[in-house]
This record gives sequence, C-alpha cells and structure tokens, in this order.
Amino acid sequence: MATAEAAHHDEHHGHPTGILRWITTTNHKDIGTLYLCFSLTMFMVGGLMALVIRAELFQPGLQIVDPHFFNQMTTMHALAMIFGAVMPGFVGFANWMIPMMIGAPDMALPRLNNWSFWILPFAFTMLLASLFTVGGGPAAGWTLYAPLSIQGGMSVDMTIFAVHMMGVSSILGAINVIVTIFNMRAPGMTLLKMPLFVWTWLITAFLLIAVMPVLAGVVTMLLTDRHFGTAFFNPAGGGDPVMFQHIFWFFGHPEVYILILPAFGIISEIIPTFSRKPLFGYTAMVLATAGIAFLSFIVWAHHMFTVGMPLAGELFFMYSTMLIAVPTGVKVFNWVSTMWRGSLTFETPMLFAIAVVFLFTIGGFSGLMLAITPADFQYHDTYFVVAHFHYVLFSGSVMAMMGGAYYWLPKWTGHMYDEKLGKAHFWLNTIFFNITFFPQHFLGLAGMPRRIPDYALQFTEFNVISSIGALGLGLSQLLFVYVVFKCVQGGKKASSEVWEQPLGLEWTVPSPAPYHTFETPPRIS
Amino acid sequence: MSGAQGSYYLPNPSAWPIIGSIGLFTLFLGFMLFLNEGTAGPWLMIFGACVIALMLFGWFGAVISESEGGLYNDHVGMSFRISMLWFIFSEVMFFAAFFGALFYTRALAVPWLADTDLLWPGYAGGWPTAGPKGPMPIDADTAVSDPATQFSTIGPWGIPVLNTFLLLTSSITVTIAHHALKMNARGKLIFWLGLTVVLGVVFMYYQAAEYHHAYTELGLTLGTGVYGGTFFMLTGFHGLHVTIGAIMLAVVWLRCLRGHFKPDNHFAFEASAWYWHFVDTVWVGLFVFVYVF
Repeated sequence: MATAEAAHHDEHHGHPTGILRWITTTNHKDIGTLYLCFSLTMFMVGGLMALVIRAELFQPGLQIVDPHFFNQMTTMHALAMIFGAVMPGFVGFANWMIPMMIGAPDMALPRLNNWSFWILPFAFTMLLASLFTVGGGPAAGWTLYAPLSIQGGMSVDMTIFAVHMMGVSSILGAINVIVTIFNMRAPGMTLLKMPLFVWTWLITAFLLIAVMPVLAGVVTMLLTDRHFGTAFFNPAGGGDPVMFQHIFWFFGHPEVYILILPAFGIISEIIPTFSRKPLFGYTAMVLATAGIAFLSFIVWAHHMFTVGMPLAGELFFMYSTMLIAVPTGVKVFNWVSTMWRGSLTFETPMLFAIAVVFLFTIGGFSGLMLAITPADFQYHDTYFVVAHFHYVLFSGSVMAMMGGAYYWLPKWTGHMYDEKLGKAHFWLNTIFFNITFFPQHFLGLAGMPRRIPDYALQFTEFNVISSIGALGLGLSQLLFVYVVFKCVQGGKKASSEVWEQPLGLEWTVPSPAPYHTFETPPRIS
Repeated sequence: MSGAQGSYYLPNPSAWPIIGSIGLFTLFLGFMLFLNEGTAGPWLMIFGACVIALMLFGWFGAVISESEGGLYNDHVGMSFRISMLWFIFSEVMFFAAFFGALFYTRALAVPWLADTDLLWPGYAGGWPTAGPKGPMPIDADTAVSDPATQFSTIGPWGIPVLNTFLLLTSSITVTIAHHALKMNARGKLIFWLGLTVVLGVVFMYYQAAEYHHAYTELGLTLGTGVYGGTFFMLTGFHGLHVTIGAIMLAVVWLRCLRGHFKPDNHFAFEASAWYWHFVDTVWVGLFVFVYVF
C-alpha cells in the first residue's frame, strides 16, 4: 500500500480562528466534524421527541400531551431523525473518510462543501421553529400526505421550505461526493480498488441526486395546491391525492437506501479489520449495492398497497420488492463469510457491526413480510411497520454510525476511546433497543395502529415494556456522548494503524490525521 | 489521474457560503410570511434575494478571478465539468416529477375518475380537463365568453412551434459560438453567442405574451384544474430555467467581451452551453407532451 507523505504542518496563515473558523472553513475534516456534531445534536432532539411519544404511550388513555401535539411529535421525530440525524451523519463520515480513503487532498469542491453543511442549521431552524407557530408544528406525518397536509397551517409551509433547503444541501453534498470519487482518486486507485465505504457512498450520492429533486417537485405541488389554486391533489379539479403518494414514494424508497447504503459501507470496513481477513466477495458487494440502488426505483408503491391500485400494480410491486432480498442476502452472506474462520476480536466497533448484521437482518425479514401484498393489508399502518423500520434504521443505520464512530474516533482525535465504557454503551444500547422495539412486532400483529396516542387495553403490557426500553435507550446515548467527549479531550495515544493491520489508506497517516492529508497523492500498488 | 494532482487548487476559507445560507433562509422566511399574510414577507423576500444576488456576484467573482489568475489546472476544470453534468441531471429529475404528474393524471387518474360514478357522476374525463368542478374545455386558441364555465388551450402550431424553432436555432448558434471560441475567432464568438442570448430573450417575450393571452382571453390560468396546473408549472419552471440560462449566457458573453476564456480552457462557457442545451431539450419534451399531444 501507499506510504503517506505525512504530517503536513497544521499552520493556517491568516486563517480565521474560533467560531469564524468553523463558519468559513473549506477543510473536509472541519466540515465532517460539523456534520457529525449537527447529526448528534439532531439525534438528541429527535430522541427527546420519541420519548414524548413513548411517555404518552406508557399507559392507555390520554395523559401527558394532547393528540395534536402527539401528532406533531411523530412528524417531527421522523423529520429530525431522517433529515437531521442520519443523512447529515453519513455525510459527516463521507467528508472525513472519502478523501483519506482515496488519497485525495480534500473534497473536490471545498467551498460548495461548506455551503452544503451551512444550509442545514438554517433549514432546521425553520423546521423546528414551526413548532412554536400558531396551531403548532406539522402534524400530518413526515410523509406529508395530501389532502391532510393541504389543510395544515403555516407550519406546513415552513416544513416545505425547510425540505427545499435540505434538498439543496443534499444535492450539493452529493455532487461533491461524486466529483471527489470520480476525479480525486490517487494514481493507481482504480474504481475496483476503492474501499467499499467509498463505493456505497458513490451509489448513495447518485440516488440523492436522482430523487431529492423529485421530493422538491412534489412539495412544490403541495405548496401551489395550498396557496396558488392548483389542483394536483384535488379530484374536483381533475387531480388525485394518491398521486402525491406515488411521487413522494418515488423519492421515498430510494431515500430508504440513501439511509442504509453508507451503513453497509461502514460495516464492510469494520468487519474485515476485526476478522483479520479481507472482505469476502468484494466485487459481489459492489454489484449488490448497485443492484439495490437499481431496484429502489421500481418498488415505491409497496408503501401504498392498501391505497387501491390495480391488481397488476400490486403484483408488480410485490415481486420487485421481494427481489431486493437477493442483493441484500448477498451482502449478509458476505459479511458472515468474512467472519468465517477469521481471527475474531470483539472491540466495540466489531460488536456494533455484528449487531447490525444480526438486527438489520431481522428488519429485512419483517420487510419481506410487509412486501407480501395480502399480508400487508393486515400489517399496514400498524406497529409492525414501526418495528420494521426501526430495526433497519436504528439497528441498521444509526448503530452502524455508532460503530463507525468508535472505529474511526482514534484516527480523528488521536486518542483511544474508553473501551470499557464503549462496550458498556454497546450493551446498554443494544439491549434497550430490543426491549423498545421487539414488542412492537407483537403489537402490530395484534392490530395496534401507529400514530395514535391512545390504544385498547389489551396492548398495555407490551407498550409499558416498550416505553421502559425507550427511556433506557435514550439514557444510554448520554453514555455515548460522554465517551466521545472524553475521547476528544484525551486518552491513550492512538498509533497510525490504531487496529491490527487494518486495510485502507486512512491507516497510513498519523493519528490524529493531519489537517491536510494527501497534498501529494500516495501511490497505490 | 493527472500527475498534477499535487497542485489541485484548494480555496481558502470563504464567507460566501454562509452569506448564501442567510439569503436563502431570509428569502424562504419572507415567502412563508407572504403566503400567510405577514406584512414583513415581501420586504424579507427582497432582502433575501438581494443577499443571494450579492453572494452570487461575490462567489462567482472570486471563482472568475481565481480562474483568470491561472490558479486552476485541468484537474480542477474536470471537477467543475463533472459537477455541472450532475447538477443538470438533478434538474432533469426535478422536471421528471412534473412530467410524471402530467402522465399520471392524463393516463390514470382522470380516466379512473371518469370511470367511477361514485364520486362525480356524469364526469366524462378526457384531456384537456379542469376536473368535474372546473370549467369545460372548448377548442384551442378560442377566446372564451365566460372564464367561469369555459377555458381554451394554446394550440401547438402558433407561437409554440415558433418558440420551438427559436430555441432549436439558439442551440445551433451557441454551438457555432463554441467552435469559434475553440478556433479563437473572437468576433465570430461574440456575434453568435450574442445572437443566442437574443433568441432566448425573444423566446421569453413570446412566452410572456402567451401567458397574457391565456390569462386574459383563453380563461386558462394556474387554477384551471389539473390541466392549468400542469401546463403552467411545467412551462413556468421551464421559463424560469430559460431565464437562468440566458443570464448565464449573457454573463459569459460579457466575459467574452472582456477577453476572458481561452480556446482550450473555458469551463463557464461550456457549462452555460450545456445548460442551454438542457433547457432546449426540456422544451422539446414540453412541446410534444404538453402542446401537441
């Protein structure tokens, strides 16, 4: 592998310091840090909203919040987590790692990179401020289905404009990632030598550019239906509210893979390191990622099986959805095969990676159950769906990011994190996660509807368990924040390699990685 | 990869992005207040637009002076080119959402609505339509007597076909200008590029006249059911993009007058030309699916 022309001195002549450094920075590591801090903040904000939901559902009946506020919490929790925590979190990883992994001096378009980030705090100011307007925040669910969202107050307009801003941010960020990967690789770093994290992000960026504009389009139609007299979603004028769902989910389903593919990338980095074997079936992994991305464009209506589609449509979307199990199965098989006969050790990142493989697969299987159209008529809009997407999004995306954070923290900060506390966080997090969400499968199968603040008495026990789990899950994240801060502050010095002979260019530079990494590109053999 | 990677230009910290964010936020905040009867709305919108304009002048100004100062090598230029292509792809997908809405309503939603007697008995469907509660369509290009009950559409073989001709010609003229630039024929470059901008402006003039005609005589407005909505949103966003493209070409033209660009290095010209071809292509799609069929 390459020898890094290391340690470029970290002096920035005439560069701003303090807060201005962070506002004006064009450095991929600074911007990555900003993204990650923003993501963690929104994770906490969205988590608090989830705790409001779980507190209300602790007991049947209405105790803590009124139903309208409950609806605002379900809506905002989803928006904050999807657009505020998970997407920016992965962009943070991309910013930090992609230039280092491909031997680039920085992202290809550094000023644009800064703008991609600095749109986000403004977008979320707009979104969160809507909670304090007359009539409260958006309460139609994060999917903003017409016609309910057409009837909402000014908070819906604020949400629409916030979505527009997030879209601009995502598209610019994705363009930057694609250009960086295509144009900034070190000599010899051919496409099929790129680490899998880079590959998954390349495909994610493509998905972002393809579907964020579609989301912008559909919320624009919503805006004109609300204020300018168009009738896109109004049958009286020849429109159709179901059309909103079609266009929304044409964005929404690729979006689901935008949220998970970088997670696949992260665990494809972690598992080989702690198995002390190269990744099994690298090319198959790349092809599987591309296959998932392709399929993501032709499965959207499986979110709408009960809306009243022609039978041919139901069948097409059922079969195409089930096809996704093939490339996903390839991935799970390859992760397991990478571990097979490996010399395994179980440091915190590896624990997270194994848990992701196991728990994400549970979410994948419940997804297959939901894909069966006739069965979905029973599951649709129940807690089974809630359980399903938290198994793929929390124990897939979020836990992969936690694993990735532990994996690369020593590289970012130059210090080892506290392994004991990291492991404690892992176990608390994972156990409480399952206590929270596993019972929701049963609730959903028994018919408890989602997004309702009250429920029938027979659902009480599982809801109590779930709410207790949620409280524990929330509290255990405080430990995560503590471990991260402690690691930033100090700790055992990390070596360049950090782990035992890990593969990848990022391990050839000192820890912490110098402010400018590869000013002269490394040679890849 | 080029061996010149070591000299890839990395810009210093910049305040333009945050200024752009403030402008964008203020613009949207103002728009939101305007839509909800806040008196400060329009003023905030104007302020936000000015801040964005300032950001565009400042940011592009910095990029132009860096480029003319020779700070960019081919490797940087390649980054710009790839990013422009993907940006255009994102624009294509934005239009795809509205074309999708058009196709879905025409091919599926309207026939379904007509077929079921449950919701609106007696509604016949067809295209154009403003829905069961909207005005009824009459022949194209016919002035309506009562816009509350009737609307007419703009037929394809009047100004729209002329506009198609204008835009297709402008795609040719910008290509001629490009060849002139590559051969360093500056006079030819300035003439053909200028002509391209003029053609774009004439297109916009005709488009505005058509809108005026539709609103005042044909009874066709944004609120004319799903036909009016798809028609004005598609052609309106296209018109917005023609405007942006024409401004880009005009800026490039001014830069040509000042002697910017070299035969082998003229990213801004190429980007604007690509963008122009893109709006041209979208127009052809509009002409076929909105006007002709």
